[in-house]
Amino acid sequence: MALPKVIGTETEFGITVLHKADFNPVHASSALINAYTRGAKIQWSFDEESPGRDIRGFGVEDGPGIDMEAGLVNSVLTNGARLYVDHAHPEYSTPECADPLAAALYDKAGEVIMAKAVSAAGALLSEGERLVVHKNNSDGKGNSYGAHENYLIARDLPFGDVVSHLTPFLVSRQIFTGSGKVGSENGRPEVDFQISQRADFFEEQVGLETTLKRPIINTRDEPHADPSRYRRLHVIIGDATMNEVQTYLKVGTAALVLNAIEDGALPEPIDLADPVEAVWGVSHDPKLERDFGTASGSMTALDIQWQYFEWLTKYARSVELDAVYEDVLSQWELILTDLERDPATTADRIDWTAKQRILEAYRERDGLAWDHPKLRLLDLQYHDVDPERGLYGRLAARQRVSRLFTDDDIERAVIEPPRDTRAYFRGQCMARYPGAVVAANWDSLVFDIGEETLKRVPMMEPLRGTEDHVGELLDASEDAAALLSALGGDDG
Amino acid sequence: MAEQERPQRKSDRAEETQATEDVESTTTEAAEELTDRIDDLLDEIDTVLEENAEEFVKNYVQKGGQ
Repeated sequence: MALPKVIGTETEFGITVLHKADFNPVHASSALINAYTRGAKIQWSFDEESPGRDIRGFGVEDGPGIDMEAGLVNSVLTNGARLYVDHAHPEYSTPECADPLAAALYDKAGEVIMAKAVSAAGALLSEGERLVVHKNNSDGKGNSYGAHENYLIARDLPFGDVVSHLTPFLVSRQIFTGSGKVGSENGRPEVDFQISQRADFFEEQVGLETTLKRPIINTRDEPHADPSRYRRLHVIIGDATMNEVQTYLKVGTAALVLNAIEDGALPEPIDLADPVEAVWGVSHDPKLERDFGTASGSMTALDIQWQYFEWLTKYARSVELDAVYEDVLSQWELILTDLERDPATTADRIDWTAKQRILEAYRERDGLAWDHPKLRLLDLQYHDVDPERGLYGRLAARQRVSRLFTDDDIERAVIEPPRDTRAYFRGQCMARYPGAVVAANWDSLVFDIGEETLKRVPMMEPLRGTEDHVGELLDASEDAAALLSALGGDDG
Repeated sequence: MAEQERPQRKSDRAEETQATEDVESTTTEAAEELTDRIDDLLDEIDTVLEENAEEFVKNYVQKGGQ
């Protein structure tokens, strides 16, 4: 029986300040985040976990040896997310989500948080300056920054199975996960328009790196949970996506494939002759016609996706699948069907086809060659998080994109954590006891309640600390000291 | 390889997949409407597009990240 797939995404946003000669991305990112959080900083502690305490639930530990990391701007939000500066980019990591729909919602909430931050930071700028934040993955000049997905998988799952089954899936899924790009980068063959922002930057099949020689399968092993039971699969080969349906399908299909791998339900994997070349090969083929060599003959990206769809449909019949995953299968089939018929018919659900449509329309109306700067500008501005300026935002305002969430749903997710993961405990503590939480990590919170030592609450089980689990306890605790006292008593 | 057959095309698949019954058809309608209104949309984008495309694109340089 596959583990429930706890899911989260991390997005590094592009940032620039217009009309500012000495623009510094680290300063601008810090100002952006401080403007949103009003300067409320939380240390992000990276010290060793001590998992023994909380196998049964939650405990409290004294905190000698808690390594307080000073430095960059870091904040933990009441929705359980992390908002911080990383690699000269503002970055948002969603709270842990129990299903793909929640993951898509909290991913979108991150975009709205960035837009609010841009708005708040405006007051700090000099006249004429304007801060612009893009949810994209490339500057078009050979510099890429990431949009990562995280999936909780079983520790005892042989990693080789993950590599062999997930590689062809990730390579071919770009046809519905790409957000589109004008031109190519990183020494790849020239192309007018391609499906993915990120594809040009992948150079290995398997590896630990995330900033150079990027691998299709990343082997980083930081579970942020009980390491004897869990592994966190860190998927770095994906585009940041604006479209809600697309984000939902991106994480939903990957989670389904991982479940099937865990349950041993997939037959022999499709053996791509050259997976790395196929990454950009798929991306450089917006007509979806190219054949790729596999051990069982040549296949298009669509063929490979249909094969996975067949396998997963069969798998779904053999297990009791949550309704949300039944819906993922339905939407996946629909999007593959439409891509096969005519990719343009997916423009309401996929960023790359929506962007391509706008670019083609501009080319036709204004007689623009593909190297015209206006097309590159449209490419960038598609991703502007300001809903007034961003082209995705304009499409959404005109109801030209399919939505999964109302604006109210998203506003709630900006403030409130998911109720069904440990993010609930984290977010609620931030909302209820903001002054007392001095450090946080995915798997612990550190409190200062005025005693000699700091107190730490480990959270090694991502599906504990839910509303059902701690809701009453939080309601009964008027301050952090009362909470810790209750938790300590509960620990026996 | 155990599964050597090419995937079935969608006409075969539709019969065996009950899940499709729930799929909403509104999505393709939305896509078709996009065609009709694309000129309108471009006019609207013109009003929000950054003024100097060449300068904006030239100055847009990011540090590499993850």
